[in-house]
Amino acid sequence: MDLQDGEAEVIRAEVDGVLQRHGLERENLIPILQDVQSRLGYLPKEAMQQISEALKIPEVDVYSVGTFYNQFRLNPPGKHQIKVCMGTACHMMGGHIILESFERRLEIKEGETTPDREFSLERVACVGCCALAPVVVVDEKVEAKVSPIRVDGILLAFEIESKKSGEIEKPVEEEGRMQ
Amino acid sequence: MRAPEGEKLLWVALDNGIYIPHLCGLREAERPAASCRLCFVEVEGLPNPVTACTLPVSEGMLVHTRTPRVDRLVRTGFELLLSNHRLRCGKCEKNKNCELQKIARERGLKLRLSRLRPLISEVPVDESPKTFKYDPGRCVLCGRCVWVDHHQAKVGAIGFIRRGISRKIAAFGDVPLAESRCTECGECVKVCPVGALAFKEK
Repeated sequence: MDLQDGEAEVIRAEVDGVLQRHGLERENLIPILQDVQSRLGYLPKEAMQQISEALKIPEVDVYSVGTFYNQFRLNPPGKHQIKVCMGTACHMMGGHIILESFERRLEIKEGETTPDREFSLERVACVGCCALAPVVVVDEKVEAKVSPIRVDGILLAFEIESKKSGEIEKPVEEEGRMQ
Repeated sequence: MRAPEGEKLLWVALDNGIYIPHLCGLREAERPAASCRLCFVEVEGLPNPVTACTLPVSEGMLVHTRTPRVDRLVRTGFELLLSNHRLRCGKCEKNKNCELQKIARERGLKLRLSRLRPLISEVPVDESPKTFKYDPGRCVLCGRCVWVDHHQAKVGAIGFIRRGISRKIAAFGDVPLAESRCTECGECVKVCPVGALAFKEK
């Protein structure tokens, strides 16, 4: 995932701050990673490299821990977070088909974020409303009995919304240009 | 049988011509990974079979390397490894020089699945290094290469990534080895017990 403008500096500063609060021993690796993630929302490669240098361990060892635990994410959270339920009931009702539909529509794999950082896609264990299977949680909203067509609908709604907000912004831009 | 104090049972047995199957063990490693689960033995006085690579020898120890319980554990462990290993020995660089084949020969096990279904990762072979290649479909995840990379070559280029069925050996960021800090020293290839890391034929 490419960094946005100024993001590298933010990462460096935040990781520096976290490293100062922890002892630089190997056993503190997980707390450090947790702190970095709570500040940045994810574990960028640059952060992991910086941590490996500070703890004097190979960078692949940091990557190893970061990829082992489910709590760590390596991609930035999108503006809209899509969580597809993969609990037993949703699995039986075709949750994997829904996940695949999102993967195909967004052109990303599970656990990834679209390059424009609009959407991130995750699989989650049971959401807790198995009667509504297959369930998708988009941001905080629960979508019940989702079909591949509904997947298109969910994404279309966001598309229309972003176009609308774009239209509101546009006149302001034009005004600016006229002056 | 005599042995230096504190030496692990596995190495004592091997030095004295008694074969115990093993994949992950490295004599130089201070703390064995004990991850391959193949070097089980039964020791009189201990209730359950134990891994020979982690057990230091002691005075008067009585060890059985072949008991029904040990054979059962090894047979199942071996088949589990095979279920995740691409079995095309004829096309493998390590054919006739493979630890899996040796274990099968020594213990009378088949290089075929009987109870389990094959579940082989479809991860592409990393052909990027000039002198060798890495085939995750043949990797048994013993971790010998990682240990050598970290402790002998002291490069720190490769390690285990992810978890469960998608666990594999990779460089930082899962990039091809040629793009990583791998120096292509070849030490990891020398210790690979199977054909996962193999020198390219010239």
